[in-house]
Amino acid sequence: MAQAAAISRAQGERGAVRGGGLARRRARIAFLLCLPLIVLVLALVIYPAFYSLHLATLNKSMTRFVGLANFAFLFKRETFWMVVRQSMIFAVSAVIFKALIGFVLAHLIHRLPDKGQRKWRGMLLVPWVIPPAMSTLIWWWMYEPSYSALNWLLAGMGFAPVPWLGDPYWARFAVILVNVWYGAPFFMIMYLAALKSVPAELYESAEIDGANAWQKLIYVTLPMLRNIIAVTVLFSLIVTFANFDIVRILTAGGPRDMTHVFATWAFKLGIESNDIPLGACVSLFMFPILGIAAVFILRDVHRRSRELAGVAA
Amino acid sequence: MSRLEVAARGAGKVASGDLRRQRRWALWSAYACLGLFCVLFLAPPIYALVTSLKTSQEIAALEGNPWLVRDPTLANYAALLGSSTFLRFFWNSAKVAVIVVAVTMVIATLAAFSLARMRFFGSTVLATGVFLTYLIPETLLFIPLFQIFTWLRDLTGIEFINRWWILCIVYPTLTVPFCTWILIGYFSSIPKELDEAAIVDGASTLQLLLKVFLPVALPGLIAATIFAFTVSWAQFLYPLAFTTSLDQLVLPVGIVTNLIKGDVFNWGQIMAGALLTAAPPVLLYAFLMDYYIAGLTAGATKG
Repeated sequence: MAQAAAISRAQGERGAVRGGGLARRRARIAFLLCLPLIVLVLALVIYPAFYSLHLATLNKSMTRFVGLANFAFLFKRETFWMVVRQSMIFAVSAVIFKALIGFVLAHLIHRLPDKGQRKWRGMLLVPWVIPPAMSTLIWWWMYEPSYSALNWLLAGMGFAPVPWLGDPYWARFAVILVNVWYGAPFFMIMYLAALKSVPAELYESAEIDGANAWQKLIYVTLPMLRNIIAVTVLFSLIVTFANFDIVRILTAGGPRDMTHVFATWAFKLGIESNDIPLGACVSLFMFPILGIAAVFILRDVHRRSRELAGVAA
Repeated sequence: MSRLEVAARGAGKVASGDLRRQRRWALWSAYACLGLFCVLFLAPPIYALVTSLKTSQEIAALEGNPWLVRDPTLANYAALLGSSTFLRFFWNSAKVAVIVVAVTMVIATLAAFSLARMRFFGSTVLATGVFLTYLIPETLLFIPLFQIFTWLRDLTGIEFINRWWILCIVYPTLTVPFCTWILIGYFSSIPKELDEAAIVDGASTLQLLLKVFLPVALPGLIAATIFAFTVSWAQFLYPLAFTTSLDQLVLPVGIVTNLIKGDVFNWGQIMAGALLTAAPPVLLYAFLMDYYIAGLTAGATKG
C-alpha cells in the first residue's frame, strides 16, 4: 500500500518535471468529471440558501427592501416563540428516545446467535423503509378519535379514551411518538454495525477481570461506540429538527398552532399564505443548529480521514 | 457458532450449569423483548392492511375489535387500481424515480471517481463540501427554490411550477451528495494496484472507470441506487409545494391531498393507497436488504 503510494507519487513528480502537461491534463479531466456535481450544488443548494437570506429582507410583495423588519415582526409574535419551543421539544425528546430504543434493540439483537439476527433486524427495520408520509397517514388513522384503534386497546386495558390529536399536549406527544417509531430502527442499525466492530477480545478480557454486564457496557461498549453515537445523534438531530411530513399530515400545526415546527410553519406562511419573505425568514432559523452540527461532524470527518491516512501509511 | 455459546460452554466446565441457565434466561428475555418491539413496530402497517381489507360499512360500524376483519374484500384495491387518477400518480412517481436515479448515478459516479482517485485544485474541499450539502435539509430550500422557479418563468416564459418534471430537477439535490459520498468510500477501497495494472495495459480513463471501477464497486452502486430510489419515491415536501394539479401529482402527495377530501374519509381506500405506495420500497428492501443496510451504514461509518 505504502509502496504503491510512493510509486504513484514518484510518477506524479516525474510527470511534473517532464513539463506538467500530463498532470495538468489529468487535473482538467478530474475537474470536468466533478463539474455536473459542482453545477448542481451551486445552482440548487448554495445559491438558493443565499437567496433565502436576500428574500428574508423583502416586504410581502417582494418589491421593497425592509432590512430586518421581518425578523422584528416575528420576534414580537407569540406564535414564533411557541414554534421555537416546540421545535426544540420535538427534536430533542424524539432524538433521545430514538437513541435509547435503538441502543436497547441493537444490544438485544447482538446478544442473539448469529443466524437469528438477520430475521429480527429485517422485521425491526420496516418502519424506516415505509415512506414517512404514508406511515404518518396510517398513524393518523390509528389516532382517529371515533374509530381509534389505539383507544380501543386502551379501553380494553381499562383506560379512558385519549383525544390524541384534539388536545394540544396529546398532539405534541402523538407527533413525537410517530417520529420515534419511524427513526428508532435507523439508530438500531447504526449501533448494531458499530457493536459488531468492537473486538470480542475486549469483552473477554473484561470478563476475566470480573466485570459484570453493566460494567462491560460502561467501560467497554460505550467508549468504543462514543463516536458513532455522537455522529448518529447529530445526524438525527438535524433531520428531526427539519422534519416536515409528520407534523404536516398529522396535525398541520394545530390545535391552536401548538404542534408547528419550523418547517411546517414556514410552509404555512410562505406557500399557503403567500408571504414568501416571512416563510424564508422562519426557515432560516434552522441554520444555527445546522451550523453547530456541521462543525462537530466536520471535526469527526477530519479526524477520521487523518486516522485513515495514518493506517494507510 | 456464536461467542456466547462458546463462552457459555467454557464457563459450564467451571461453574456447573448455573451460569448456563443464567445465559439461557438472558437469551429468552432478549427474545421476549424483541418480540414485544416487533409487535409495536409492525402494528401500524398490519392495522393498515386490516383496514384496507374492510368494506366502508364494516369500518363505519363501531362494534367489535377494529384490529380484526370480518368479511375481507379486495374492493378497495380494485377501486384504486381501476382509477385513472391513482394510476396517473403511480406513473408520475415511476417516471420521476427512474429519471432521478439515472441522473443521480451518472453525476455521483463521475464525481466520486474523480474525487476518490484524482487531484485538482480544491478537490479535498469539494469532497467535504459534498458531505455538508447532504446535511442541508429540503425544508430550508423549498421557499427560495419556489421563488427561483417563479422568477425563471417570468424570464423564459416556460412554466416550471406545477409540472411533474420539475421534481426531476430538484430531487437530485437530495440524492447526489449522499450517493457521491458513499461511492467515494467504495471507490477508495479499491486497491490502486488495480488501476495501475489497467493503465499499464493501455486503458484510458473512461475504460478504467467502466471496466474496472464499476464492476468492482457494484455493491456500492446498488446501495446508492436503492438510496436514490427510496428518497425520490418517498419525498413529500417538494411535490406538495411545487405541484398542485391532479395530473401532475406523485403518489405520496396524491394520496394525502386527493383521497382525503371534505368530511368523508374513505379509510379503506386511503389505507390501501398507503400500502400500495409503500410496496415498491418495501419489496426492494425485502430482496436487497444487505445492500440497503450497507448503504445506510456506509454513510456514517466509512470515510
